[in-house]
Amino acid sequence: MNLDQFLIMRHELLLIGVVLLVLIAELFIKSDKKHHVIPIALILFLLYTIVGFLPAKTGVLFGGMYQTSELVILFKNILNVAVFIILLQSASWLRKDINHERISEFYIILLSSLIGMNFMISAGDFLMFYLGLETATIPLTALAAFDKYKNKSAEAGIKFILSSALSSGILLFGLSILYGTTGSIYFTEVAEKLVASPLLVLGFIFFVSGMSFKISLVPFHFWTADVYEGAPVNVTSFLSVVSKGAAAFIFMVILFTVFKSLSNMWGDVLYLLSILTMTIGNLFAMRQKNMKRFLAFSSIAQAGFILLGIMGASELGMTSVVYFVLVYVFSNLAAFGVVSVISDKTGLESMDDYNGMYRTNPKLSLIMMLALFSLAGIPPVAGFFGKFFLFTSAASKGYYWLVLIAVLNATVSLYYYLLVVKAMFINKNDAPIAKFKSTFTDRLALIICVAGIFAIGFASPIYELIRKLSFGL
Amino acid sequence: MNILALFIIIPILTIIGILCTKDHVGTRLVSAIGMGLQLITSIVLIFMFYAERNAGNHADMLFMVDYMWFQSLNIHYLVGVDGISVAMIALTSVVSFAGVFASWEVKDLPREFFISLIVLATGVFGFFISLDLFTMFLFYEVAVIPMYLLIGLWGSGPKEYSAMKLTLMLMGGSALLLVGLFGIYFNSAPNGGQLTFNIMEISKITIPMEAQRFFFPFTFIGFGILGALFPFHTWSPDGHASAPTAVSMLHAGVLMKLGGYGCFRVAMFLMPGAAHELAWIFIILTAISVVYGAFGAIWQKDLKYINAYSSVSHCGLVLFALLMMNETAMDGAIIQMISHGLMTALFFALIGMIYGRTHTRMINEMGGLMKVMPFLAVCYVIAGLASLGLPGLSGFVAEMTIFVGAFQHPDTFHRVVTILACSSIVVTAVYILRVVGVLLFGPIRNEEFNSLTDAKWFEKVSTITLIASVAFIGIVPIWLSDLIRMSLKPILDQLSSF
Repeated sequence: MNLDQFLIMRHELLLIGVVLLVLIAELFIKSDKKHHVIPIALILFLLYTIVGFLPAKTGVLFGGMYQTSELVILFKNILNVAVFIILLQSASWLRKDINHERISEFYIILLSSLIGMNFMISAGDFLMFYLGLETATIPLTALAAFDKYKNKSAEAGIKFILSSALSSGILLFGLSILYGTTGSIYFTEVAEKLVASPLLVLGFIFFVSGMSFKISLVPFHFWTADVYEGAPVNVTSFLSVVSKGAAAFIFMVILFTVFKSLSNMWGDVLYLLSILTMTIGNLFAMRQKNMKRFLAFSSIAQAGFILLGIMGASELGMTSVVYFVLVYVFSNLAAFGVVSVISDKTGLESMDDYNGMYRTNPKLSLIMMLALFSLAGIPPVAGFFGKFFLFTSAASKGYYWLVLIAVLNATVSLYYYLLVVKAMFINKNDAPIAKFKSTFTDRLALIICVAGIFAIGFASPIYELIRKLSFGL
Repeated sequence: MNILALFIIIPILTIIGILCTKDHVGTRLVSAIGMGLQLITSIVLIFMFYAERNAGNHADMLFMVDYMWFQSLNIHYLVGVDGISVAMIALTSVVSFAGVFASWEVKDLPREFFISLIVLATGVFGFFISLDLFTMFLFYEVAVIPMYLLIGLWGSGPKEYSAMKLTLMLMGGSALLLVGLFGIYFNSAPNGGQLTFNIMEISKITIPMEAQRFFFPFTFIGFGILGALFPFHTWSPDGHASAPTAVSMLHAGVLMKLGGYGCFRVAMFLMPGAAHELAWIFIILTAISVVYGAFGAIWQKDLKYINAYSSVSHCGLVLFALLMMNETAMDGAIIQMISHGLMTALFFALIGMIYGRTHTRMINEMGGLMKVMPFLAVCYVIAGLASLGLPGLSGFVAEMTIFVGAFQHPDTFHRVVTILACSSIVVTAVYILRVVGVLLFGPIRNEEFNSLTDAKWFEKVSTITLIASVAFIGIVPIWLSDLIRMSLKPILDQLSSF
């Protein structure tokens, strides 16, 4: 492997390096000082994240199996920032005695999953895509069951492995039909040889169903809420932000490149899926009392909005999706950050426990409010811009009724986000969550998120940069 | 620096100032100074506007500033004012200034209260100066969302229910509006070329007629919900009744005017063809608003509900007059917006002050207040007289102009609805005089009321500011009319081109 190849694959290779270094560090640290792994891992990952931003080569490797472009690199960087925030948020949870023996395990498993995602979004053929997807999914199962002494966490692990095995099976079946009809697994060749024969359409439908499992679109969403609730908070945020974002991105790229000649067909399919996803995600989110389940359903609904951007099928659409994922990273991680801090300190996860929290913990409540407003799409925070551009993308293709349904759904989502705001600010409580001081890492993570929530919306250069790198059909 | 930027910068600085204060004394002082500066700026703006016009500058919009924001979508931060926006800005600063003094004694979380109040005012200012549909929409939502916390935290009665209802209905309105705006945007270059959100640019082209027919109802109803268009007005009585004093003032006084303003600046100005075709539907709806609101007010016993229904009626009159689409009526509509903004703010301020003393808003539990609080009572009478359209006060000028304008249409349909709408004047007189009679005159029904005190200094500041403005418009309406008529011309030209 020469330097050029290394530069093209630098994200994956460096990440493997980080994982190995953490493993080596684990070997040399005495068993009563395992928590020293935390700063080492954080610093290594931070260095890796920064190196990822340095401009370097793009190109194609292994005869087209692996490819990378400026946009893919940008998206990997977005994922890295998200993972860095999650690592910061998980630091104080990992310091607990119960996790003492498993600190480096957590990092190794989490980062392995990230390696898989990086390969997945760099895929140039269906084989690499599938390998990346599985490399990303299997470690996640271990993570979901990380609190193995808790029944719910163990249950989450089993549910996740079963449902992802099923969805991978469906996906693989679809891919083999595609191979059977076109005789190739390379994206470019499949796109050229694509003819809308009944068999191919069947394969396409299996492919979409498999992906819908991964992005948890309705009606393939049943695993989501239980897994999100059972898994540790930080794993949940990884699942709902990083894993979902990466899957949505590659889904969009494959639709835009491989299936572009079927765009009329997938336009209709997505139309239906997005309406179902938004509406049902919202209806279920309204009734949730557990904050993790609540955010799970809200993130199902958000996935429905992402589909609106994909339906634009243009540069505008791709820009809006990447931009929305960026905004979503910061908003959702801010919300999960607050949930995680509170669950660490008090063990409370129900919405009723948040009653009257503003009087005791005003800063946390304000951050939560901003995050929820951003998720709901209220200006001046970034979520407004993210949603606005998604809707613009759908409207540019003339889907005005869909936009109307989506905006009305956004209003419905505002209802349940306001329920949390109401609990924190308005509801009275004799014994609200006591005042506490959060740790340095928690605070740093929340500050990064809030800065992102405020800055990204107004900073049009970020949007224009993404726009420059995007492509349409 | 451009004077319009001050309307965004001053509130932001005020909010930062409030964050630096330690107790509620400092907080309200900083808010009062901030809103005072805002008032002075808007008076300066009026004079600068006249100076420009007298210097022969006849551009449609003055003091324009244009920054490119999202280049690939051609979204700009574009601001500028004409006479109508100047008048609306002046109204907003008067009401928010009075609002700060009316909430002088907020004790529970005062910092959060004033910050939310000022964010609301910023949204309104931003809306009135925007000439780009994107920024306009952004400021619209900025103005709506603080209402939830303001009503939910500091309100009274079934406040959580009302706050949620109000927020969701207005956000539902903005959903319709957004679809309308997208429709305008994607049809803004029918012959090819760059799509734009710029209102002035779009007004120069003609949006294809099918698109107008489809998107005009979205846009008009979207704004109309905020202007309490029947049957989407139901958020208004509950919301106003539960809101704290200053919020009712700002909301009924200013925020509802966003609806009327948006209806003519966006819906009618940019889609004149559909406005002509579909006007009859909305004329019927607004006529129902006018009459229904007035009759609704008769049946209420709660002072705030009475005033809230009367707002529905008066704001309905604004939309009604706008849809008549001739110079006199539209002129009247704008005067009505200003006039209603001022007097309804005065009403809500007084109701809040009375409620703060008697702890009830039911008119049948009170009586003879004239004897114990003469200052407040006299102010209430003045507000009532303005509301029922007594010559010399602003209400008369507005309603007179509207009905004269509306009657200029020679056909039966317009005449009949005008006459129906006129009947609301009589009904208004009934409920105003009934309230004044029961509430202020007659015997004192509750012994405890004997010990009540009259207005304090900050309450006097609040009410006198508003009364002075009401009387000013009533006595020299021509001054306001001048400001408006010049700016109505491009809109009327646009409408009469069909």
